[in-house]
Amino acid sequence: MATVRLEFRNVTKRFRSRGKKADGVTAVENLDIRVHDGEVVSLIGPSGCGKSTLLNMASGLDPATEGTVFVDGEAVTKPNSHVAFMLQKDLLLPWRTIRENVELGVEILGMPQSERARIARELLLKCRLGDFVDHYPHQLSGGMRQRAALARTLAVDPAVLLMDEPFSALDAQTKMVLQQDLGRTLAETGKTALFVTHDLVEAIALSDRILVMSRRPGRIIEEIPVDIPNRAVPLERRKNPKVGPIVARLMELLHIDEAEA
Amino acid sequence: MYGTDVTGTRLMMALGFSLFLVFLAAWQWAPGVMGIPPFIIPPLSKVWGEFLHMLEHEHLLWHTAVTAMQVLVGFLLGILLGIVCGFVLGMSPTAEFVLSPYILALQIAPKVAFAPLFVIWFGYSVTPKILVAVLIVFFPVMINVLSAVRAVDPDIVRLARAFTASRLQVFWKIQFPASLPPMFAGLRIAATLAVIGVLVGELVGGNTGLGYLLTFGEGAGNTAMVFVTIIMLTIVGLALYGVIVLIEGRVLHWMPSRHHPGI
Repeated sequence: MATVRLEFRNVTKRFRSRGKKADGVTAVENLDIRVHDGEVVSLIGPSGCGKSTLLNMASGLDPATEGTVFVDGEAVTKPNSHVAFMLQKDLLLPWRTIRENVELGVEILGMPQSERARIARELLLKCRLGDFVDHYPHQLSGGMRQRAALARTLAVDPAVLLMDEPFSALDAQTKMVLQQDLGRTLAETGKTALFVTHDLVEAIALSDRILVMSRRPGRIIEEIPVDIPNRAVPLERRKNPKVGPIVARLMELLHIDEAEA
Repeated sequence: MYGTDVTGTRLMMALGFSLFLVFLAAWQWAPGVMGIPPFIIPPLSKVWGEFLHMLEHEHLLWHTAVTAMQVLVGFLLGILLGIVCGFVLGMSPTAEFVLSPYILALQIAPKVAFAPLFVIWFGYSVTPKILVAVLIVFFPVMINVLSAVRAVDPDIVRLARAFTASRLQVFWKIQFPASLPPMFAGLRIAATLAVIGVLVGELVGGNTGLGYLLTFGEGAGNTAMVFVTIIMLTIVGLALYGVIVLIEGRVLHWMPSRHHPGI
């Protein structure tokens, strides 16, 4: 088996409720997750089950109450350059050009100007934004902006990518195009990723495994391996007849038929 | 499309210039036609004559320079204080909580009312005028910076922190540039207020500056002199405002829809 890149070992996260000293809210409980090198794992679960909390703990922004998160075998105690996250919002800085935005992470890490410009250009070409290097974010469409955000995430060359519903703000077609881009990029770079989403088909199209979480306090209730070829080409994967049964199983696990909208 | 834009701009400029000529003509002849005596509204030629007279005999340029200097110093000190306080209060909720009642009280108090107090404290020097300007300039800048810092998307800060940014890096790379547009909006307001602050200081006491010429003209019943002084004050204000707009255009060149002229 490949090396473990990201590991949650018996992790619990409790939030203190305001005022009362009593136990507060348990977001996630006794979680054990392992993501291996080059693997893409999706987390799916009902709203408020603590999926985003998991990513915050992995990024080092928010420490676990109990247990430890490891990245490349090292315990995560504070933000570090081994992980990078990407959110639903592109979070591009409007006063920076696309290239300067992509450079943000490596600039903070102290990489010299010429080198980070080279990396940014390279990644923007890869993300099909070669013609927009010196544009400002407001001149780009939503899909292009999110691709720039992906380039910014990749620029720091993280061991693990943490993605929190990165495409949920996009329209259905743009979304499929970006999933395709992401699938290809992840395959080309061999990156490891933990991907939070609400979109069942997206989870199936992009990942090697799907972890299903329960309602709060969040636990992993099922692990579904996605046994479909072509992870690098999500658009092809979507058409595979095996997608349907997995969607059905996920709907059942998430009690989507009983859920209140 | 570009072509029509250019002709459109030309047309607008021609219209603007014609309106200006109409305005000057009305100023010259309308009061006479309507029977308004020159001590109420002196015609343009009389004001121009008074301007030339004041240049020669009343040290008009020197008084203007004194006022302009006070405006500039008061403005610079005021905005510096406003920017620093805005950032400190914006980034420290504790400081804001403790200080907000005083800030609110000071903000509501009419700043020009402090002019006599400053004259009592510092006499008929430049200090009270500058202080009134500092006080009046301070608030719009501070409030704008404060709310801008507060409005920075916390997720952007988290993103920077996840990239291992230090507090200083978060400030210089995120919070400071993010607060520039509202800061400049505050600076524009401050530029006009600085002139008011200095003028009130000069009206209250002293024998220099345009405010002094204003009271002098009033006492002498010289309406044309008052007109000249008001115009000079406006020019001082316009100059400062223009400089701010110029700098703003340079600094905020990345802002969308920044490419049309206007106020």
